[in-house]
Amino acid sequence: MNILVFIKQVPDTNEVKIDPKTGTLIREGVPSIINPDDKNALEEALKIKESKGARVTVVTMGPPQAEKALREALSMGADEAVLLTDRAFAGADTWATSLVLAKAAEKIGYDLIFAGRQAIDGDTAQVGPEIAEHLNIPQITYVEKVEALDGKLIVRRALEDGYEVLSVNMPCLLTCIKELNQPRYMNMYDIFTCYEKEIKVMNIKDLDIESERVGLSGSPTKVKKSFTKGPKSQGEIIDVPAHEAANIVCEKLKFVHII
Amino acid sequence: MDFSLTREQKLAKEMLEKFVENEVRPIAAEIDATEKFPFETVQKMGKLGIMGLPYERELGGAGGDYITYIMAVEELAKACATTSVVLSAHVSLCCWPIYAYGTDEQKNKYLPKLLKGEHLGAFALTEPNAGTDAASQQTTAKLEGDYYVLNGSKVFITNGGYADIFIVFAMTDKLKGTKGISAFIVEKGFEGFSIGKIEEKMGIRASSTAELIFKDCKVPKENLLGKEGMGFKIAMSTLDGGRIGIAAQALGIAEGALDEAVKYMRQRKQFGKPIAAFQGLQFYIAEMATRVEAAKQLVYKAAWKKQAGESYGVDAAMAKLYASETAMYVTTKAVQIFGGYGFTKDYPVERMMRDSKITEIYEGTSEVQKMVISANILK
Repeated sequence: MNILVFIKQVPDTNEVKIDPKTGTLIREGVPSIINPDDKNALEEALKIKESKGARVTVVTMGPPQAEKALREALSMGADEAVLLTDRAFAGADTWATSLVLAKAAEKIGYDLIFAGRQAIDGDTAQVGPEIAEHLNIPQITYVEKVEALDGKLIVRRALEDGYEVLSVNMPCLLTCIKELNQPRYMNMYDIFTCYEKEIKVMNIKDLDIESERVGLSGSPTKVKKSFTKGPKSQGEIIDVPAHEAANIVCEKLKFVHII
Repeated sequence: MDFSLTREQKLAKEMLEKFVENEVRPIAAEIDATEKFPFETVQKMGKLGIMGLPYERELGGAGGDYITYIMAVEELAKACATTSVVLSAHVSLCCWPIYAYGTDEQKNKYLPKLLKGEHLGAFALTEPNAGTDAASQQTTAKLEGDYYVLNGSKVFITNGGYADIFIVFAMTDKLKGTKGISAFIVEKGFEGFSIGKIEEKMGIRASSTAELIFKDCKVPKENLLGKEGMGFKIAMSTLDGGRIGIAAQALGIAEGALDEAVKYMRQRKQFGKPIAAFQGLQFYIAEMATRVEAAKQLVYKAAWKKQAGESYGVDAAMAKLYASETAMYVTTKAVQIFGGYGFTKDYPVERMMRDSKITEIYEGTSEVQKMVISANILK
């Protein structure tokens, strides 16, 4: 069985600061990480590999530096890695991105595709479902449990007020949430071989896509304006025993006529 | 000259930092208080390849390098000195002598499980009357048929209560002095071998420091490590490497304490401003950071020399001497910076100060390191 896992390299938002003058992200010196939900996706693929046997290929679209995320995935136990990189891919919205990823999936071959629910930098949750639409295969989003049977999966999908259990035939695409599993650490065995493995690089020619369908030109989304919400004034910490704190808070709320 | 880490070392450091934050730091205070050996953590480290980091894959190791192993000891020690010495004693003092002096049969029999962390190792040289004077071994080994019969006892054996495999030193020929000492690979189940008292200690409290008792203990003769009479040489060369591990432990403790002090100085306010604004304490930090950096260079240089196959005995002694004294200095100053809070168990610096002291003592006291260093210079 061939499992593809789509991952994205994102800035570690725990470390991101906003430039107060320009209102933009300060990306300098911010470490890049594998998007957290994508790590859950990779973990589930590796678990199926261990229980059922499978070949796990991680795929990412990004600049050459995204190689680091692929090496990390190899160090967690992925078998192969593919980097989709081309200047023409720059500026892509979710539609143009998912088209590139779907084409790559067709070229590489797959029985099952895992993706994270959403990336912490864009938060759209659109790319996974769009890949499935491009490929015309079933998709299940918000996956919190997977049981692999022969040729099909029993999948539990989280809903706001409960869950649904679905049976799905492969090939299919699942988008994963953090409740699905606890991603493993990189391990020393794979760390010390991950740079011996070749990372397959594919560009726009390798994927047979017309240039007007990728990157900025292939992106129907037009950003009108982006802005940062004004910062709130600094809060006040009332560091006294709870009952005293409650009294102080009540007084303050009364003072501003909230209660 | 290149001080940068390799790509693999960078990934390993990232992995170690995460592992320490999630698995080691959260239990460090608790295992110090309860003296509970971190057995589950060690098992996890085994699965991740940490327990056999610098050894070949063919033997069950992770195929990593020595510097990464030293980095692992250091990273663990930043949060928990106990866990770091469990690793150091296992890798440097048990796996290494088997790797360096063992026959192919011994290596194939013992290393795969040790390197995967399925077995834990220990090193048994010290005796009640043979500490720094390690040559005065009173434990005896007598060849009787297919077995060496061991009699005597060992004390202060790190990992003792939990180890599966022990490197044990004993006199095979008293008349020959140091040349009459031999080394043996002893399994915990061998007839006549038992664990005695577990020490209650000031620091590294969860590391299971045990007394070992040999009463007509039968060790198969094929478990002789090296040749008869090679024991003292095996012990001394093993300790040369072990000292880099302890130096890395001391370095890690110092770095951990420095981090805690910096964090505290930024948040603690006195006289209306963070105590980081006071020059008296700023100078402490400058002094602590400079010593830490100097210790780091010594530790990594010794590790680098060992990895490069150069002689490293003096470098290891210097690294251990300086790093352990740095750990003591930095942790004592950290407690001072914390003031009264530093003296309580609400913060980790008092534990770090207690943990530091042993690094000036075990695997050769600071005085022994000075003997090694000066003897080499004045020879």
